[in-house]
Amino acid sequence: MPELMQFLFSGVTVGAVYALVALGFTIIYNASDVVNFAQGEFVMLGGMITVFAHAAGLPLPLAAVVAIIVTAGIGVALNKLAIEPARGAPVVSLIIITIGASIFIKGVTQLVFDKQLHRFPAFSGDVPIRIMGATILPQSLWVIAGAILVFIALWLFFTRTLTGRAVLATSNNRLAAQLVGINTGWVMTLSFGLSAAIGALAGVLVTPITLTSYDVGIALALKGFAAAMLGGMGNPKGALVGGILLGLMEALTAGYISSQYKDAAAFVVILAVLFAMPQGLFGKKSTDRV
Amino acid sequence: MRISPKLATLSVLAVLIVLAPAFFPSSFYYRIGALVFVNGLAVVGIVILTGYAGQISLGHAGFAGIGAYACALAPVHLGIHVGLAAVLGAVVSAILAYLVGRPILRLKGYYLAVASLGFGILVAMVLSNETQLTGGPDGIQVEDLGLRGLLGDLGLDLSNAEFWYAFSGLCLLIGAWLALNLHNSPTGRAWRALHGSDVAARTVGVDVARLKLQAFVISAVYASASGSLLALQNRFITPEVAGYMHSIEMVTMAVLGGAGSVLGAIFGATILTVLPQVLTVFAEYEMLMLGLVMMLVMIFLREGLLPSLLRLFRGRGE
Repeated sequence: MPELMQFLFSGVTVGAVYALVALGFTIIYNASDVVNFAQGEFVMLGGMITVFAHAAGLPLPLAAVVAIIVTAGIGVALNKLAIEPARGAPVVSLIIITIGASIFIKGVTQLVFDKQLHRFPAFSGDVPIRIMGATILPQSLWVIAGAILVFIALWLFFTRTLTGRAVLATSNNRLAAQLVGINTGWVMTLSFGLSAAIGALAGVLVTPITLTSYDVGIALALKGFAAAMLGGMGNPKGALVGGILLGLMEALTAGYISSQYKDAAAFVVILAVLFAMPQGLFGKKSTDRV
Repeated sequence: MRISPKLATLSVLAVLIVLAPAFFPSSFYYRIGALVFVNGLAVVGIVILTGYAGQISLGHAGFAGIGAYACALAPVHLGIHVGLAAVLGAVVSAILAYLVGRPILRLKGYYLAVASLGFGILVAMVLSNETQLTGGPDGIQVEDLGLRGLLGDLGLDLSNAEFWYAFSGLCLLIGAWLALNLHNSPTGRAWRALHGSDVAARTVGVDVARLKLQAFVISAVYASASGSLLALQNRFITPEVAGYMHSIEMVTMAVLGGAGSVLGAIFGATILTVLPQVLTVFAEYEMLMLGLVMMLVMIFLREGLLPSLLRLFRGRGE
């Protein structure tokens, strides 16, 4: 029993990170139909910039805020410089652009910073908390709380604010949104900024546990993507549930089957979801207008 | 006399392959040449999938891995000749591509990209984790093909680098010839139709899902053959051949040169294979440059370098 609890704790912690990455995917996908393969780099940037800002003498909370703001700026720049000029390009081109962006960001990061593994101190110390015979790090609670708070904030944003509804309207029908006076260009900018900021926050929260380096992004992007697919692409609730489920599956695979193949869980999930229920757990059936 | 575009492409390719060695300062360049042809072969497969049928795969290196490791493992465990092992690898790749592609190619958009990505990473993971079978991340030896010795007995003495240059070049020519034939076949026309518009193709009676699957399986065989060729000429292979970066490189080469044209894609493969060798001083900047090139080409030259250049020249001639 303690063993299972331990696996569940670590699963939920990792799952919360995947959920945050998946939420980032979801926001951009909803606003622009772009699957942003550079999403994982936002997480990496959040961690790396915090590390170096902290090392440069900023207190940790300030360093984290700087990292999130800078990353949000990079997200906006990605939209302005690479996605907007390619508006109307086929899916293949957009995928290649975001993969190019992800490789580019990685290349710049290893030049500007370095190729080492880094971490910074956990927010509330490293003394594990004992619950039912298993232990959980205080930082894990930060990660889980972060994911839940972001989810609630997003939900409020999308349902209670005019701007949030403008984003939803744009995702529903771009042209119709434009016709009722929504500045869809601004919605895109906002979505990329928001999504990058959420990714960076995930990076800040998880770095004390998993460490960070210039190349952690791609794996996170793939897992977050798998989570978003599992929950149903474009659905925030699906992103949250998909993330947690994927984290749990990974932890249980590592615990009971093979730790070498824990990463395989995500990809088996992707393939299984695509085979059996391409709309995901919470996705709607979509029909295309010709 | 008008020559067909197919003949023109093949002759340009053949002339370049034959004449290039005249400008090689050392035998090292034969090796780079052979590498260009190996990558070119994989990229011709991407032309069929992406350029003709408009689908994108981010896991083709997985098939290259299967082709490569078939050459390493089948001779040892099944006792067959390495040449036959390469064929076996291609068959296994085709079957896997069929199994993975069949349910997924009914769906539109980015699904194939994601599924193939997952597939490629699974292959790479198995290759580096099953250490007892595959030698793990350190790689594994591959038997000699034996063809060079055979040619030597017949009185045609080639150095190792020269032989692989010629043999890979020949394979690339055959691969390009097949792809060009497909381009002009009813299947090729149907591919281009569904690339233009899925729905329009369906309304004129094209079986869209089946044709996408065909393109995926054929391009998987190309990737597998390219992996086998790499394993055979290096006599050694590591799981990196199946890695995510290799998949991305394949797509980038095709798209950079021009995914719609065989010659363009091979041009792209040449640039991205030769540049890192020449610019070793800039190794630090390799990733940055690769990413930047991918973005710029996709934004400004959507058809790729070669088609865009050709258009420029034609425009001037008129």
